[in-house]
Amino acid sequence: MLKQTPFHPRLAELSQSQAWGNWAGYLSAMRYDLSTKHEYFGVRNGAGFFDTSPLHKYWIRGRDAEKFLSYAFARDIRTLKPGRAQYTIWCDDSGYVMEDGVIFRYSSDEFLLTAAEPNLGYLRQLARPFDVEVVDCSEDYASLALQGPRSRVILEALTPDISELRYFGFAETKIADTPVTVSRTGFSGDLGYELLIPASDALRVFDAIMDAGRPHGLRPYGDEALGMTRIEAGLPLIGVEFSSSRYAFTADERFTPDELGLGWLLKGIDDPTRPFIGRDAIIRERMEGTSRWRTVGITVSWQDYYNLFTSHGLLAEPDEIPVAWDTMIYNDKDKRIGYATSFMYSPVLQRHVGIARLKPKYAEPGTEVFIEQTVNHEYINVRATVTTLPFYNPERKTA
Amino acid sequence: MSDTHAYDAIVIGGGHNGLTNAAYLAQAGQRVLVLEQRHLVGGAAITEELRPGFSFTTFSYALSLLRPEIIQELDLVRFGFMPLFMRSHFAPMDNGDYFLTGPDAAVNRAEIARHSKADVDGMDRFLHDTARVKQFIRPLFDNIPPNLFSDDPADTERMAWLVKHLGTADKKLLHDTVRLLTGSISDFVDDYLESDIIKATICSAACVGIKLGPMSPGSGINWLYLSMGEHDGFMGEWSFHKGGNGGFTQVLARAATAYGAEIRLDSHVSSLITEGGEVRGVVLDDGTEFRAPVVVSSLDPRRTFLQIADPRELPADLVDTIQRFRFQGVTSKVNFALDGIPYYPALGDRTDQYGGFINVAPSVEYMERAYDAAKYGWYSEHPYIDASIQSFIDPDMAPPGKHVMSCYVMYTPYKLKDSTWDAQAENMADRVQATMQRFFPNFNDLVLQREIVTPETIESKTGLSEGNIYAGEFFPHQMYFFRPAPGYSDYRTPIRGYYQCGSGTHPGGCVIGAPGRFASQQVLADAKR
Repeated sequence: MLKQTPFHPRLAELSQSQAWGNWAGYLSAMRYDLSTKHEYFGVRNGAGFFDTSPLHKYWIRGRDAEKFLSYAFARDIRTLKPGRAQYTIWCDDSGYVMEDGVIFRYSSDEFLLTAAEPNLGYLRQLARPFDVEVVDCSEDYASLALQGPRSRVILEALTPDISELRYFGFAETKIADTPVTVSRTGFSGDLGYELLIPASDALRVFDAIMDAGRPHGLRPYGDEALGMTRIEAGLPLIGVEFSSSRYAFTADERFTPDELGLGWLLKGIDDPTRPFIGRDAIIRERMEGTSRWRTVGITVSWQDYYNLFTSHGLLAEPDEIPVAWDTMIYNDKDKRIGYATSFMYSPVLQRHVGIARLKPKYAEPGTEVFIEQTVNHEYINVRATVTTLPFYNPERKTA
Repeated sequence: MSDTHAYDAIVIGGGHNGLTNAAYLAQAGQRVLVLEQRHLVGGAAITEELRPGFSFTTFSYALSLLRPEIIQELDLVRFGFMPLFMRSHFAPMDNGDYFLTGPDAAVNRAEIARHSKADVDGMDRFLHDTARVKQFIRPLFDNIPPNLFSDDPADTERMAWLVKHLGTADKKLLHDTVRLLTGSISDFVDDYLESDIIKATICSAACVGIKLGPMSPGSGINWLYLSMGEHDGFMGEWSFHKGGNGGFTQVLARAATAYGAEIRLDSHVSSLITEGGEVRGVVLDDGTEFRAPVVVSSLDPRRTFLQIADPRELPADLVDTIQRFRFQGVTSKVNFALDGIPYYPALGDRTDQYGGFINVAPSVEYMERAYDAAKYGWYSEHPYIDASIQSFIDPDMAPPGKHVMSCYVMYTPYKLKDSTWDAQAENMADRVQATMQRFFPNFNDLVLQREIVTPETIESKTGLSEGNIYAGEFFPHQMYFFRPAPGYSDYRTPIRGYYQCGSGTHPGGCVIGAPGRFASQQVLADAKR
């Protein structure tokens, strides 16, 4: 039987659809409303919340914590100050990305990692030579993402401490007399916050947030709307854009940070004082230019998409729910040059967008490519344009 | 004449069609000046903060028929275009029940079955048959109509295309199309449905903005027209723009300005300057002159041909047709600032019914009787109200927990028998409020403020003659190549360089943009000749 997160009793009451999926063994909403698009606009034009409780959470503590993490993770943890969080990845010796997560620095020697996949065994094994302990606290905390332009005003009403939080900063504060961590982070590409709440008090904090949010139209959103917003934000999702290299059988299933568009995390890789797992391979990849892919955005013009259907006597009724499988991409000679890992119709951008992996020579913004669609029971290619990511990046996200 | 007054084109009127036209012309490299009579652009698509924190959509209240080509070609997303999703359609009933549909087809079927099991597939057949009609009509809708009386090769080509296109329809499709174009909506839906509230919900969309009841022949065309709205690729769907329709026209103004157009506010054009049958510019009320070889009027046909232009410079047949062109506005707005969300007893604490239109039209007969009054020069005792709580969809339109509600009111004729709107406006609004109170028992307690917009207000503020929101009735003889007059449907006018781009041209009214776009195509095509 699937487990229930600490918020579940309230979420079940809020759900009109009762459309539950399975996330890491927990009941997790695909959508609450009857319409994904409605939830999506909660995030884009109001405020929405998403139950992230199934995330794995680990305390990493000890004298060597920083040293350990600067070795285990590809992004330089030494640049992370207490009260700040960072998105990070960890790689294997060959420089392929294993997984990703967000790490919070509570003090000089105390960190909290949140990750979609279990990593306790791996981290403990890796930590053996260091004076550091890795503790699984996943079930000690419920976590909630509160995202959208109205998220700040809702939270401010509950705890003024968050007013000055900068992007990827966090604060330890209280909501409904309960100690919580509020970070200015999220997966929506919009202004937003995430809360870490003791599981035993989760409902009390939840109710306070709902009361504060009600006049602002706060509503829950599920996995489908999450997928829409994160694609617009150009954020990769493990299990969709990539899967862990440690479980790969073939080279086609492994990707380097540069191939995933995550090369920006590797600032300071040349610093010889920080050896980390995968460093040598990544430096070699860069020197020899052996990256096989580049990750880009693609957009399809509305008119082209529309014509694809009307020319077959059909109505073009685009689906905003992200396609759950790869979609093939070709050049103008009908040669396959890559694939979209995510593809959907974006309501705020009024066109189809996708996250794609293309051979490097096709990755320049503005390049014309062709993406395969099924229309009237035929495969038909429609023109698409290579763009940079993210697609959607409002000033308020970081302002 | 100073250099600053030299433009390639002057657009009269900064409503959404004028702005659309200006944006296209500017995008094509023309030096464009938009002259708007009021202190803000938008025409009948404006949002005004009449009470601190409360944004009223004074006149038009939904992004109805905006053509998707315009969103893309003008790259409006870049300028803040943001259509918000309308999630539901809610029709309260006299007996306290309701008909509520939403985004899930299976849930909608269950709701239909609650009223009539036979209507479940009846509705599916209705939707499919009418979708085919819409698909068939759309190319006519989205292209410049042929001018039947022109020997221009472009018109000959358009006529040949039209004949060919009509030939693609099968018997049923052609028959359904003609039934909708000429018949009554209630007659059409009777073939498919039996539940009165479901029929009323469909018929209500046919009665918006026109002086016809659901049983009147001619109401079908209005239903079909309004069904040509398209949102995110879905035909028949409407949306709300972020910040109301004023939010949308601000997007258009930003786009037009970014493409290089200049917008001049508080500039009421009094007349054209012409010379030897050609336009040379315009004169404002204060005597200021602006010169350009092209002048595009986004005003309605009466103002375009009989007021701005000198009728003596126009052919008598055109002047005669325009004088007989029917406006007869018949609708009002009552906009409310509310202290909270209305309560509908049968739905308890639910509020999701407010995610779109609230149709106060509990039966087909209710609407027909509401229309009866208008035939005899009076307003409905029990009005048909097309309401929406926009702040429910866009929280930025009212303070937290408060709301704005737009009530579009049928039927309130422009010309009252033996009275005036000055004398009757409050009473009309009282009837609207009483009607809302009848269905929502906390309504009166919620009202913080109301704004009354009669057909006279519409006319005086926006310039739409007789307050007709479509800039002319949607009668078959005032549509397509008859809009606004036979032989003058190609956006040109008999005065060389003078063009029309308002809703009085094909396809017609609503927040649609197509007239502005088509007129720009004609201006640019003529510039190349």
